[in-house]
Amino acid sequence: MTAVKLPSDAEAAVATPEFEAAAIRQESRRGFLLAMPSYAYLVLFFAVPLVIVVVYSFATRNRFGGTDLSGWNLASYARLSEPIVRDILFRSLWLALLTTLICLVIAYPFAYYLATRTPVVRNLMLVFVMIPFWTNFLVRNYAWRVILGNDGPFTDVTEAIGLGERELLFSKTAVVLGLVYSFLPFMILPLYAAIERIDKRLLEASRDLYASGLQSFRKVLLPLSMPGVIAGSILVFVPSLGAYVTPDILGGSKTTLLGSYIVTQFLTARNWPFGAALSFVLMAVMLTTTVVYFRKGGRTL
Amino acid sequence: MTAAVEITGITKRFGDVVAVDNIDLTIADGEFFALLGPSGCGKTTTLRMIAGLEFPTQGSLKIFGDEVGTLPPNKRPVNTVFQNYALFPHLNALDNVAFGLKMQGVDKSTARKRALETIDLVQLTGMDARKPSELSGGQQQRVALARALVNQPKVLLLDEPLGALDLKLRQEMQGELKNLQQNLGVSFVFVTHDQEEALTMSDRMAVMNDGKLLQVGSPEEIYEHPANRFVADFIGQTNLLEGRVLDSETVCLANGAHVTGTSDLPMGTEVAVSLRPERAHLGPRDETHSRQAAVDGVVESVTYLGNARVYHVRFDWMVIEVREENRPGATLHEPGTPVSVSWDPSAVSVVAD
Ligand SMILES: Nc1ncnc2c1ncn2[C@@H]1O[C@H](COP(=O)(O)OP(=O)(O)O)[C@@H](O)[C@H]1O
Ligand SMILES: [Mg+2]
Repeated sequence: MTAVKLPSDAEAAVATPEFEAAAIRQESRRGFLLAMPSYAYLVLFFAVPLVIVVVYSFATRNRFGGTDLSGWNLASYARLSEPIVRDILFRSLWLALLTTLICLVIAYPFAYYLATRTPVVRNLMLVFVMIPFWTNFLVRNYAWRVILGNDGPFTDVTEAIGLGERELLFSKTAVVLGLVYSFLPFMILPLYAAIERIDKRLLEASRDLYASGLQSFRKVLLPLSMPGVIAGSILVFVPSLGAYVTPDILGGSKTTLLGSYIVTQFLTARNWPFGAALSFVLMAVMLTTTVVYFRKGGRTL
Repeated sequence: MTAAVEITGITKRFGDVVAVDNIDLTIADGEFFALLGPSGCGKTTTLRMIAGLEFPTQGSLKIFGDEVGTLPPNKRPVNTVFQNYALFPHLNALDNVAFGLKMQGVDKSTARKRALETIDLVQLTGMDARKPSELSGGQQQRVALARALVNQPKVLLLDEPLGALDLKLRQEMQGELKNLQQNLGVSFVFVTHDQEEALTMSDRMAVMNDGKLLQVGSPEEIYEHPANRFVADFIGQTNLLEGRVLDSETVCLANGAHVTGTSDLPMGTEVAVSLRPERAHLGPRDETHSRQAAVDGVVESVTYLGNARVYHVRFDWMVIEVREENRPGATLHEPGTPVSVSWDPSAVSVVAD
């Protein structure tokens, strides 16, 4: 007969999960409240317009350039298989891909160089990378038009080195050049952040374990910097695919890309359903690329 | 027999910093060699030059007779166990260990087989699929060891390999490493700032300070005959009784007392007589000593260690530490007791700067 009853282990344990659950519940409620403004923003400016676009893409254009929301059909999507539209789609995809690859090749060595400098040099060079952002995007694109155009510095150079008067303006090359120029910082920054995080002794360890410089890059540096490669590629590919200003200014009418084609549908052709269908396809492509890329990247990490 | 590593007149500068200052060092084949010194003295830099991760500013560096001064690391028959391991975080233990073999072009199945054998050797059987982040510190240490050993290097370089482990594990690994080295018969160059670790593990050791090599020898030589004041003080515990050389047999202490101390330094040189706590003996004042090997003082404090007592004895300007084994019947000297600290005249060494 024991006078004092000691709490058994079971009893002591009962209280804890309850407290824990309550704490977790409270924590998540607080999290939700803090996130409220962002949710509201997303719904208002992302989800609602998206629904409108989808709805419009199934509607019909009436004779006066207005939109009939009553007769729902797939006509706009059917037009995607037309040769002109298909060409524009593939050209846009190809140029966006090319832009991404060129950015990657240029940005990687630069980001590595940046990540291995002293902090002072590093910050100074990062400022240089950002400087173009201080000038308006349009102005910068028109500047390229002057550089590449007739009698511009570029033709002066080609003439001087004996290649004759070459004109780059209003070509796919000019568009890619402009896109690379515009989006290069978006590749450099995530790559730099990813490479900077890597313990540089891992590279030494690989050299110590008989890897050549190239093997060291392929087996250690590249796999470990993959998050940066993925982030940078998406940040360049997605806006390149939808780019409107640069192709318009530097590509001229010969190289219509998806962005300008969509604008034409809304503003000139006044075919809102078709414009909406194109927009939706563009968005779907971007979304799948992003998801696939992240999945793939996630596995290799 | 050609030396495993032969360093002649090597200096390494980083801008204005002289990290390694004109050192000569020969490491024999099959030897466990410890490189000991306080943090920042140039141990890692020396090791990195042997590995080829750093090139000497001056001097010659030979591995088994071949000059390797500016050869890249992948062209040298040595491997490194890095401080804090530097395991590849994206590879599992097996791929970490097999990395070196694959880079050397060993075919996949052989590489795998040998990597698994080495993983067994370091007692990590069954851990091969784990990523470094899923292993404990001690296990990571073993992977790092296996990753280097699997390549059968002619010299294994270890940079404070046990530094990040807790005491118990460290002592266990000390024994294991020593066994491994003896079984493999490969030279180990072992960097540490822990003098006890260097003493217990190495066949020979070098003591460095401030980029300079102060003394090279067996642990016993270095403990018994420290080359200078720094070595005497850094290796083990010691009391440094300041004074000047009187003649080849005698040192005149700062308070005028004469004690026996053999040296071949010129008369008047400032020196210290190094007296190890365990070599000193406490006795009552009236005991008759050879006055040439004793000083008088007063007990200031006693620390009980279980197997011994450590006395702090005030002697003129300094406090002398004396360690008395806790034998049955050992006399206890209370604080405040006037005592005499005596020693065997051959047990002290005279050290200069
Ligand atoms: N890459 C480096 N650049 C500049 N100074 C360095 C570099 N590596 C080491 N040092 C300097 O060289 C000295 C020796 O360093 P180190 O060999 O790492 O010492 P330890 O390994 O004995 O602690 C230190 O003063 C350190 O600051
Ligand atoms: Mg070090």
